[in-house]
Amino acid sequence: MAKIIVEVMLKPEILDPQGQAVASALPRLGFTFAKSVRQGKRFEIEVDGDPTPAQLAEVEKASETLLSNPVIETYIVKIEK
Amino acid sequence: MSFRIGVVTFPGSLDDRDAARAIELAGGIAVPLFHASDDLKEVQAVVLPGGFSYGDYLRCGAIARFAPIMNSIVTAANHGFPVLGICNGFQVLCESHLLPGALTRNSNLHFLCRDQKLKIENTNTMWTTGFKQGQEILIPLKNGEGSFQCDDETLNMLENEGRVIARYVDFDPNGSRNLIAGISNERGNVVGLMPHPEHAIESLTGPSTDGLTFFTSVLHQLVGR
Repeated sequence: MAKIIVEVMLKPEILDPQGQAVASALPRLGFTFAKSVRQGKRFEIEVDGDPTPAQLAEVEKASETLLSNPVIETYIVKIEK
Repeated sequence: MSFRIGVVTFPGSLDDRDAARAIELAGGIAVPLFHASDDLKEVQAVVLPGGFSYGDYLRCGAIARFAPIMNSIVTAANHGFPVLGICNGFQVLCESHLLPGALTRNSNLHFLCRDQKLKIENTNTMWTTGFKQGQEILIPLKNGEGSFQCDDETLNMLENEGRVIARYVDFDPNGSRNLIAGISNERGNVVGLMPHPEHAIESLTGPSTDGLTFFTSVLHQLVGR
Protein backbone atom coordinates (compact mmCIF):
# COMPACT_ATOMS: atom_id res chain seq x y z
CA MET A 1 0.00 0.00 0.00
CA ALA A 2 1.32 3.42 -0.97
CA LYS A 3 1.54 6.26 1.47
CA ILE A 4 1.22 9.90 0.67
CA ILE A 5 3.71 11.90 2.68
CA VAL A 6 3.26 15.57 3.44
CA GLU A 7 6.21 17.36 5.00
CA VAL A 8 5.65 20.78 6.50
CA MET A 9 8.48 23.16 7.38
CA LEU A 10 8.54 26.67 8.76
CA LYS A 11 9.59 29.16 6.09
CA PRO A 12 13.32 30.00 6.34
CA GLU A 13 12.62 33.54 7.53
CA ILE A 14 10.37 32.38 10.40
CA LEU A 15 12.14 31.98 13.72
CA ASP A 16 12.24 28.33 14.84
CA PRO A 17 13.01 28.34 18.56
CA GLN A 18 12.36 24.59 18.83
CA GLY A 19 14.96 23.85 16.17
CA GLN A 20 17.38 26.21 17.89
CA ALA A 21 16.83 24.45 21.21
CA VAL A 22 17.60 21.10 19.57
CA ALA A 23 20.70 22.59 17.94
CA SER A 24 21.98 23.84 21.27
CA ALA A 25 21.23 20.52 23.01
CA LEU A 26 23.22 18.43 20.51
CA PRO A 27 26.70 19.65 21.56
CA ARG A 28 25.81 19.07 25.22
CA LEU A 29 25.53 15.37 24.29
CA GLY A 30 28.79 15.44 22.39
CA PHE A 31 27.29 15.75 18.91
CA THR A 32 29.18 18.48 17.15
CA PHE A 33 28.05 18.00 13.55
CA ALA A 34 25.14 20.43 13.43
CA LYS A 35 25.54 23.93 12.08
CA SER A 36 21.83 24.55 12.54
CA VAL A 37 18.60 22.57 13.02
CA ARG A 38 15.07 23.32 11.84
CA GLN A 39 12.14 21.28 13.04
CA GLY A 40 9.10 20.38 10.95
CA LYS A 41 6.14 18.01 10.73
CA ARG A 42 5.54 14.90 8.67
CA PHE A 43 2.11 13.47 7.86
CA GLU A 44 1.76 9.89 6.60
CA ILE A 45 -1.52 9.41 4.79
CA GLU A 46 -2.64 5.92 3.78
CA VAL A 47 -4.88 5.42 0.78
CA ASP A 48 -6.21 2.26 -0.90
CA GLY A 49 -3.92 1.25 -3.76
CA ASP A 50 -1.80 3.77 -5.62
CA PRO A 51 -2.80 7.39 -5.14
CA THR A 52 -4.75 8.76 -8.09
CA PRO A 53 -4.09 12.21 -9.57
CA ALA A 54 -7.47 13.28 -8.17
CA GLN A 55 -6.46 12.16 -4.68
CA LEU A 56 -3.13 13.95 -4.96
CA ALA A 57 -4.93 17.12 -6.00
CA GLU A 58 -7.11 16.79 -2.90
CA VAL A 59 -4.01 16.26 -0.75
CA GLU A 60 -2.49 19.44 -2.19
CA LYS A 61 -5.64 21.31 -1.28
CA ALA A 62 -5.71 19.85 2.23
CA SER A 63 -2.02 20.67 2.65
CA GLU A 64 -2.49 24.34 1.91
CA THR A 65 -5.69 24.74 3.94
CA LEU A 66 -5.28 22.51 6.98
CA LEU A 67 -1.95 20.66 7.18
CA SER A 68 0.14 23.79 6.73
CA ASN A 69 -0.37 27.50 7.33
CA PRO A 70 0.95 29.19 4.18
CA VAL A 71 1.64 32.37 6.16
CA ILE A 72 4.50 30.74 8.02
CA GLU A 73 5.01 27.29 6.48
CA THR A 74 5.78 25.49 3.24
CA TYR A 75 4.93 21.88 2.39
CA ILE A 76 5.94 19.18 -0.03
CA VAL A 77 3.89 16.13 -1.06
CA LYS A 78 5.64 12.83 -1.81
CA ILE A 79 4.54 9.28 -2.47
CA GLU A 80 6.20 6.42 -0.60
CA LYS A 81 5.74 2.88 -1.86
CA MET B 1 -31.10 48.75 26.01
CA SER B 2 -28.26 46.41 26.34
CA PHE B 3 -26.39 44.47 23.70
CA ARG B 4 -25.88 40.75 23.28
CA ILE B 5 -22.26 39.68 22.92
CA GLY B 6 -21.55 36.04 22.15
CA VAL B 7 -18.70 34.03 23.65
CA VAL B 8 -17.74 30.91 21.71
CA THR B 9 -16.87 27.73 23.56
CA PHE B 10 -14.67 25.35 21.58
CA PRO B 11 -13.54 22.00 22.98
CA GLY B 12 -10.59 23.16 25.11
CA SER B 13 -11.63 26.79 25.60
CA LEU B 14 -10.67 27.96 29.08
CA ASP B 15 -11.49 31.63 29.41
CA ASP B 16 -15.03 31.63 28.04
CA ARG B 17 -16.54 32.17 31.49
CA ASP B 18 -14.17 35.01 32.36
CA ALA B 19 -14.96 36.63 29.00
CA ALA B 20 -18.69 36.31 29.71
CA ARG B 21 -18.17 37.83 33.13
CA ALA B 22 -16.24 40.75 31.65
CA ILE B 23 -19.06 41.39 29.17
CA GLU B 24 -21.67 41.40 31.94
CA LEU B 25 -19.55 43.68 34.13
CA ALA B 26 -19.16 46.07 31.21
CA GLY B 27 -22.94 46.23 30.93
CA GLY B 28 -23.61 43.78 28.10
CA ILE B 29 -25.49 40.50 27.96
CA ALA B 30 -23.16 37.54 27.52
CA VAL B 31 -24.55 34.83 25.24
CA PRO B 32 -22.82 31.43 25.18
CA LEU B 33 -22.23 30.19 21.63
CA PHE B 34 -21.24 26.63 20.81
CA HIS B 35 -18.61 25.60 18.27
CA ALA B 36 -20.73 22.87 16.71
CA SER B 37 -23.64 25.15 15.82
CA ASP B 38 -23.64 27.88 13.18
CA ASP B 39 -26.26 29.85 15.12
CA LEU B 40 -25.06 33.30 16.26
CA LYS B 41 -28.22 33.68 18.38
CA GLU B 42 -28.77 37.29 17.29
CA VAL B 43 -25.66 38.56 19.07
CA GLN B 44 -24.25 41.92 17.99
CA ALA B 45 -20.59 41.04 18.60
CA VAL B 46 -18.48 37.99 19.42
CA VAL B 47 -15.53 37.18 21.66
CA LEU B 48 -13.31 34.21 20.83
CA PRO B 49 -11.83 33.34 24.22
CA GLY B 50 -8.47 32.01 25.29
CA GLY B 51 -7.64 28.38 25.92
CA PHE B 52 -6.39 25.43 23.93
CA SER B 53 -9.07 24.73 21.35
CA TYR B 54 -8.81 21.16 20.08
CA GLY B 55 -5.78 20.68 22.31
CA ASP B 56 -3.71 23.04 20.12
CA TYR B 57 -3.30 20.01 17.85
CA LEU B 58 -1.68 20.61 14.46
CA ARG B 59 -1.26 24.40 15.09
CA CYS B 60 -2.98 26.64 17.61
CA GLY B 61 -6.41 27.58 16.26
CA ALA B 62 -5.98 25.53 13.07
CA ILE B 63 -8.81 23.10 13.74
CA ALA B 64 -11.13 25.60 15.45
CA ARG B 65 -11.14 27.53 12.21
CA PHE B 66 -13.26 24.79 10.62
CA ALA B 67 -15.91 24.72 13.38
CA PRO B 68 -19.43 25.48 12.07
CA ILE B 69 -19.70 28.61 14.27
CA MET B 70 -16.59 30.04 12.56
CA ASN B 71 -18.30 29.99 9.14
CA SER B 72 -21.00 32.28 10.51
CA ILE B 73 -18.45 34.48 12.29
CA VAL B 74 -16.20 34.87 9.24
CA THR B 75 -19.16 35.84 7.05
CA ALA B 76 -20.47 38.31 9.63
CA ALA B 77 -17.01 39.76 10.32
CA ASN B 78 -16.52 40.48 6.62
CA HIS B 79 -19.68 42.62 6.86
CA GLY B 80 -18.41 44.66 9.81
CA PHE B 81 -19.57 42.54 12.75
CA PRO B 82 -17.27 43.16 15.76
CA VAL B 83 -15.06 40.24 16.77
CA LEU B 84 -12.42 40.17 19.52
CA GLY B 85 -10.06 37.21 19.65
CA ILE B 86 -8.07 36.85 22.83
CA CYS B 87 -4.97 34.62 22.97
CA ASN B 88 -6.20 31.37 21.40
CA GLY B 89 -8.98 33.46 19.88
CA PHE B 90 -6.30 35.62 18.20
CA GLN B 91 -4.69 32.45 16.86
CA VAL B 92 -8.09 31.33 15.50
CA LEU B 93 -8.59 34.71 13.78
CA CYS B 94 -5.19 34.42 12.08
CA GLU B 95 -5.87 30.84 10.99
CA SER B 96 -9.26 32.00 9.66
CA HIS B 97 -7.50 34.74 7.65
CA LEU B 98 -9.64 37.42 9.30
CA LEU B 99 -6.31 38.82 10.52
CA PRO B 100 -2.92 38.59 8.78
CA GLY B 101 0.15 36.86 10.20
CA ALA B 102 0.45 33.95 12.59
CA LEU B 103 1.31 33.26 16.23
CA THR B 104 4.27 30.97 16.78
CA ARG B 105 6.19 29.48 19.70
CA ASN B 106 7.54 32.04 22.19
CA SER B 107 11.15 32.78 21.27
CA ASN B 108 12.41 31.54 24.66
CA LEU B 109 10.23 28.39 24.37
CA HIS B 110 8.70 28.96 27.80
CA PHE B 111 5.03 29.19 28.61
CA LEU B 112 4.79 32.62 30.15
CA CYS B 113 2.34 33.90 32.74
CA ARG B 114 2.85 37.46 33.93
CA ASP B 115 1.22 40.86 34.31
CA GLN B 116 2.28 42.62 31.14
CA LYS B 117 2.41 46.30 30.38
CA LEU B 118 1.03 47.31 26.98
CA LYS B 119 0.80 50.54 25.07
CA ILE B 120 -2.44 51.16 23.22
CA GLU B 121 -1.59 52.42 19.74
CA ASN B 122 -4.91 52.55 17.92
CA THR B 123 -8.05 53.87 19.59
CA ASN B 124 -10.20 53.74 16.47
CA THR B 125 -11.13 50.07 16.43
CA MET B 126 -14.50 48.84 17.68
CA TRP B 127 -12.78 47.42 20.77
CA THR B 128 -10.36 50.22 21.71
CA THR B 129 -12.24 53.53 21.44
CA GLY B 130 -12.41 53.90 25.23
CA PHE B 131 -8.62 54.13 25.56
CA LYS B 132 -6.46 57.20 25.14
CA GLN B 133 -3.88 57.14 22.37
CA GLY B 134 -0.60 55.95 23.87
CA GLN B 135 -2.25 54.84 27.13
CA GLU B 136 -0.30 52.21 29.05
CA ILE B 137 -2.28 49.35 30.56
CA LEU B 138 -1.39 46.33 32.68
CA ILE B 139 -3.14 43.02 31.95
CA PRO B 140 -2.19 39.34 32.30
CA LEU B 141 -0.32 37.54 29.53
CA LYS B 142 -0.31 33.75 29.55
CA ASN B 143 0.65 31.70 26.53
CA GLY B 144 3.22 29.41 24.97
CA GLU B 145 2.69 30.50 21.37
CA GLY B 146 2.36 34.25 21.38
CA SER B 147 5.09 35.34 19.02
CA PHE B 148 3.46 37.37 16.25
CA GLN B 149 5.11 36.65 12.90
CA CYS B 150 4.43 37.85 9.37
CA ASP B 151 6.42 38.80 6.27
CA ASP B 152 7.98 42.25 5.85
CA GLU B 153 5.30 43.36 3.43
CA THR B 154 2.50 42.54 5.88
CA LEU B 155 4.40 44.17 8.74
CA ASN B 156 4.81 47.39 6.76
CA MET B 157 1.15 47.34 5.83
CA LEU B 158 0.08 46.88 9.47
CA GLU B 159 2.38 49.69 10.62
CA ASN B 160 1.51 52.10 7.80
CA GLU B 161 -2.22 51.58 8.22
CA GLY B 162 -2.01 51.97 12.00
CA ARG B 163 -3.37 48.48 12.54
CA VAL B 164 -1.08 47.61 15.43
CA ILE B 165 -3.50 48.19 18.32
CA ALA B 166 -1.17 47.34 21.22
CA ARG B 167 2.54 46.76 21.77
CA TYR B 168 4.49 45.19 24.63
CA VAL B 169 6.26 47.78 26.80
CA ASP B 170 9.37 47.40 29.01
CA PHE B 171 9.70 43.66 28.36
CA ASP B 172 9.71 41.49 25.24
CA PRO B 173 7.83 38.36 26.30
CA ASN B 174 7.91 36.29 23.13
CA GLY B 175 9.89 37.74 20.20
CA SER B 176 6.86 39.16 18.36
CA ARG B 177 7.79 41.31 15.39
CA ASN B 178 7.88 45.00 16.40
CA LEU B 179 6.68 43.93 19.89
CA ILE B 180 3.17 43.48 18.51
CA ALA B 181 0.62 42.37 21.13
CA GLY B 182 -2.51 42.97 19.08
CA ILE B 183 -3.69 43.97 15.61
CA SER B 184 -6.92 44.78 13.84
CA ASN B 185 -8.35 44.21 10.38
CA GLU B 186 -8.58 47.07 7.90
CA ARG B 187 -12.08 48.06 8.98
CA GLY B 188 -11.30 47.92 12.72
CA ASN B 189 -14.14 45.56 13.61
CA VAL B 190 -11.91 42.50 14.06
CA VAL B 191 -9.25 42.70 16.77
CA GLY B 192 -6.82 40.04 17.97
CA LEU B 193 -4.94 40.44 21.23
CA MET B 194 -2.47 38.04 22.85
CA PRO B 195 -2.77 39.20 26.50
CA HIS B 196 -6.02 38.77 28.45
CA PRO B 197 -8.19 41.83 29.14
CA GLU B 198 -10.94 39.59 30.58
CA HIS B 199 -8.62 38.78 33.52
CA ALA B 200 -8.17 42.46 34.40
CA ILE B 201 -11.68 43.66 35.13
CA GLU B 202 -11.80 43.68 38.94
CA SER B 203 -9.18 44.76 41.45
CA LEU B 204 -9.83 41.67 43.58
CA THR B 205 -8.63 39.24 40.92
CA GLY B 206 -6.66 41.23 38.36
CA PRO B 207 -3.58 43.45 38.33
CA SER B 208 -5.82 46.35 37.18
CA THR B 209 -9.24 46.99 35.74
CA ASP B 210 -7.76 48.18 32.44
CA GLY B 211 -9.14 45.19 30.54
CA LEU B 212 -12.73 46.25 31.02
CA THR B 213 -12.29 49.10 28.53
CA PHE B 214 -12.15 46.65 25.60
CA PHE B 215 -15.65 45.47 26.49
CA THR B 216 -17.13 48.91 27.30
CA SER B 217 -15.63 50.24 24.04
CA VAL B 218 -17.55 47.80 21.87
CA LEU B 219 -20.78 48.42 23.79
CA HIS B 220 -20.42 52.16 23.20
CA GLN B 221 -19.72 51.54 19.52
CA LEU B 222 -22.84 49.39 19.23
CA VAL B 223 -24.94 52.16 20.77
CA GLY B 224 -23.63 54.55 18.15
CA ARG B 225 -24.65 52.31 15.26
